[in-house]
Amino acid sequence: MKIQTRRILTGIDTDAALAEARKLVTRRVEQPARRAFLQRSLTLGGLSLLSGCSISDNAGVEAALARISRFNDAAQGWLFDPNRMAPTYSDAEITRPFPFNAYYGEDEVRIVDEAGYRLEVTGMVADKRSWTLADLRAMPQQDQITRHICVEGWSAIGKWGGVRFGDFLRRIGADTSAKYVGFKCADDYYTSIDMPTALHPQTLLALTYDGQPLPPKYGFPMKLRMPTKLGYKNPKHIKAIFVTNTYTGGYWEDQGYNWFGGS
Amino acid sequence: MNQTPPTPRHTGRPVQPLWVRLTHWLNALAVLVLVASGWRIYNAAPFFPFTIPKELTLGGWLGGALQWHFAAMWLLAANGLVYLGSNLFSGRLFKKFFPLSPASIWHDALAALRGQLSHADPRHYNHVQRFAYLFVMADIVLLVLSGLVLWKSVQFGLLRELLGGYEFARRIHFACMALLVAFVAVHLVMVALVPRSLLSMLSAQKEKSV
Repeated sequence: MKIQTRRILTGIDTDAALAEARKLVTRRVEQPARRAFLQRSLTLGGLSLLSGCSISDNAGVEAALARISRFNDAAQGWLFDPNRMAPTYSDAEITRPFPFNAYYGEDEVRIVDEAGYRLEVTGMVADKRSWTLADLRAMPQQDQITRHICVEGWSAIGKWGGVRFGDFLRRIGADTSAKYVGFKCADDYYTSIDMPTALHPQTLLALTYDGQPLPPKYGFPMKLRMPTKLGYKNPKHIKAIFVTNTYTGGYWEDQGYNWFGGS
Repeated sequence: MNQTPPTPRHTGRPVQPLWVRLTHWLNALAVLVLVASGWRIYNAAPFFPFTIPKELTLGGWLGGALQWHFAAMWLLAANGLVYLGSNLFSGRLFKKFFPLSPASIWHDALAALRGQLSHADPRHYNHVQRFAYLFVMADIVLLVLSGLVLWKSVQFGLLRELLGGYEFARRIHFACMALLVAFVAVHLVMVALVPRSLLSMLSAQKEKSV
């Protein structure tokens, strides 16, 4: 469960490395056709070896990849079926202990004080008053045991309980024709999601984990739980929610993770 | 099944039609990008007790590798559909790869090991070749299907269940990658042994009379 950080790659003298390798191979291989073949494949191999720095660091390539990522957002929005539910599991299938994951280590988990906590609601909503935890607990609650899939590839099954986000959005009179719902968190994390996913029946404002109030490491006082999206799209320690038509990205999304991040 | 000297009756047409050459190299490019970036993605959460040396991977960090992977997947899928569609509808699939049986594959494999397999007619695939190419087609199809489950496990629910769930699909995806890499390794050795096959995949050269 390590945290992904962007790695800075040191430059390699590509041409010199390839030239030397070519020389080594040429000396050993006698037949001209085989030599030519090996030289060509070596160039291809060398290209793939060095691509981590020489191709990825090119600004044009980065821009093209970012554009394809936007295209993939659209493709996922098109594939998303609001009536399709993520599979649910039994209590016995819950992963114990459920892994901790954030952009910081477990020793840096933010402690949010319940007494002073107010959830701010802004943007395209009718009712902008702040919410206390007691207000949220007074709304109808739902439980779900679903699979959390991390962008790193691993997955774990957990049990979350809380308010259906769709119910909450309707209660505050959100304009559900808006494109995005954004989140600001007490740990300085931020992200945003598409409205169809926000209204999905399995999208929860989670207040509990495994029947207990959400512990700090899982996002006290409240996190957004979406079994239809990857882990980094599920913000913890949420302190503000806004409804908007303006794209606001996210902490990882701004660094290159796909924005839709759906599963 | 390949010992009789071939007759040079095909002269005039290129050994590999243009669409085969184009789709072959586009596929090679897509596979190179997908495998190298896939290795970086695997390294983020390895499920075997090893990681792939990062010098061999593409993307620099997980986010970069994912961008490459989810870009090249479109090339692999679109190019693969063109290839399989053309192969099927032109009749090339049946003409080039069939008939085929375990006995004939075994026969040609033994002949190959004894150095008795003829490569005189590059238009004719021996039965080991037929098997290997059909195998890699099926392997890539399974890579795409398991990849769809990893990308969209909720949206492709039926496919997810057919492939044994999200976690099992990860293992399938990895195993198919390993088999694909093994195929490529053998393929490159074979091309090095019969360099003419590389030339016929590169240009529209006509085969000379034997």
